Amino acid sequence: MCLGIPGKVVEATGDGFMRTGKVDFDGITKEVSLAYVPEVEVGDYVIVHVGFAITQLDEASAHETLALLRQLDVIDEELDPVVALAAERARAEGTKP
Amino acid sequence: MKYLEEFRDPQVALRLIEEIKEISTRRWVLMEVCGGQTHSIIRNGIDVLLPDAIEMVHGPGCPVCVTPLETIDKALAIAGRDDVIFCSFGDMLRVPGSDEDLFQVKGGGGDIRIVYSPLDAVEIARENPEREVVFFGIGFETTAPANAMAVYQARKEGLENFSMLVSHVLVPPAMRAILDAPSNRVQAFLAAGHVCSVMGYEEYHSIAQTYGTPIVVTGFEPLALLQGIKAAVTQLEDGRAEVHNAYQRAVRSEGNLPAKAMIADVFSVTDRNWRGIGPIPQSGWELSDRYRDFDAAARFSVEEITSQESSLCHAGEVLQGTLKPDHCPAFGKECTPRTPLGALMVSTEGACAAYYQSGRFTKAVAS
Ligand code: SF4
Repeated sequence: MCLGIPGKVVEATGDGFMRTGKVDFDGITKEVSLAYVPEVEVGDYVIVHVGFAITQLDEASAHETLALLRQLDVIDEELDPVVALAAERARAEGTKP
Repeated sequence: MKYLEEFRDPQVALRLIEEIKEISTRRWVLMEVCGGQTHSIIRNGIDVLLPDAIEMVHGPGCPVCVTPLETIDKALAIAGRDDVIFCSFGDMLRVPGSDEDLFQVKGGGGDIRIVYSPLDAVEIARENPEREVVFFGIGFETTAPANAMAVYQARKEGLENFSMLVSHVLVPPAMRAILDAPSNRVQAFLAAGHVCSVMGYEEYHSIAQTYGTPIVVTGFEPLALLQGIKAAVTQLEDGRAEVHNAYQRAVRSEGNLPAKAMIADVFSVTDRNWRGIGPIPQSGWELSDRYRDFDAAARFSVEEITSQESSLCHAGEVLQGTLKPDHCPAFGKECTPRTPLGALMVSTEGACAAYYQSGRFTKAVAS
């Protein structure tokens, strides 16, 4: 949960604390709050922690970080509660998900 | 060399390692603060590839690992109630409490749901007005903007059935506590880039000056880590102790101002007990007076719960960099990811789990 995941903003709507957008994380798209990054526009890359973009990032760095997160095999688990639950259950039972 | 094959750009990594070797004239001990950095270092064998003069020790930056046992026990007590939907990040489900974990409470009929974002818990509260919805609000500075916004939204909407069990921890006071400890070996820090992207790094200047400890803000990709290590060793060799931002693309000196404003509204600084380490003054956030109504511990009267940690677990020493996971007597024996004695073996960001998953248990087996 502590790992931030970089993604590309593909949609943005609303303003102020209600500003939200769609962010594409390596093929998985999620609804994300853009409340804390008012300067960010569609096409920009952001780091997202638990549903909130907290900072902007350049494209090259975003890809570098995504490559590492893929290697550590944590992206799906971070983004999808169903995958996270299955993974935790598998760990509890000592089996691979 | 199996490690290097996994680098995307092994030549650049090799060159950096060579440069670090050339500038090191004596032994230095560096601590990476963030659990994500620990995993990247162990997984990519950075600690093995570095010259012998440079020792990496692993810091307390895994929120799952340092959430105090009594907070876990409070969560278990609340999550077991019939009137409660308990929402948590997935990482917390297997963290051992005194008697059981959230998974076992769930197995026993507790309505426990994993959410991606704290706003999902607010949504669940909206949809279930007849139930109490509690979110387990833990983490470092990185999750605080999200958790703060969830409380803010709940109050704005008048959601009286939403509350939060808050146990936030702060990095800078933990760095001071590590440096203050008589057993301290840490001579330089790699600070966590994402924490600094929220909070900035103005607070670090006084730590670097007071303790004469270089602090380099960096990311957690292998090359970023190597660049950070090189910057820290360069300072150590020059006898300098400064704050250096090696993660400029994502971190500004002042941090994220709107996020900090929200945090300052919803949370206030408090003393916090760190699992394994013990109490550190002014090292956490709790709900501020304005948002006290949303405190789940008060709402469900679990404030008085106190707990006693297993004596087998050496997590405190591991978290402060005085013991490597594979030197813990229980590592890989009584304590495995399937039978964790301590939280460090549970979380994917915990140092003990990182060592176990990367097969680093030769020393423990040999001893
Ligand atoms: S190996 Fe297990 S018992 Fe030893 S410090 Fe790590 S979590 Fe605790």
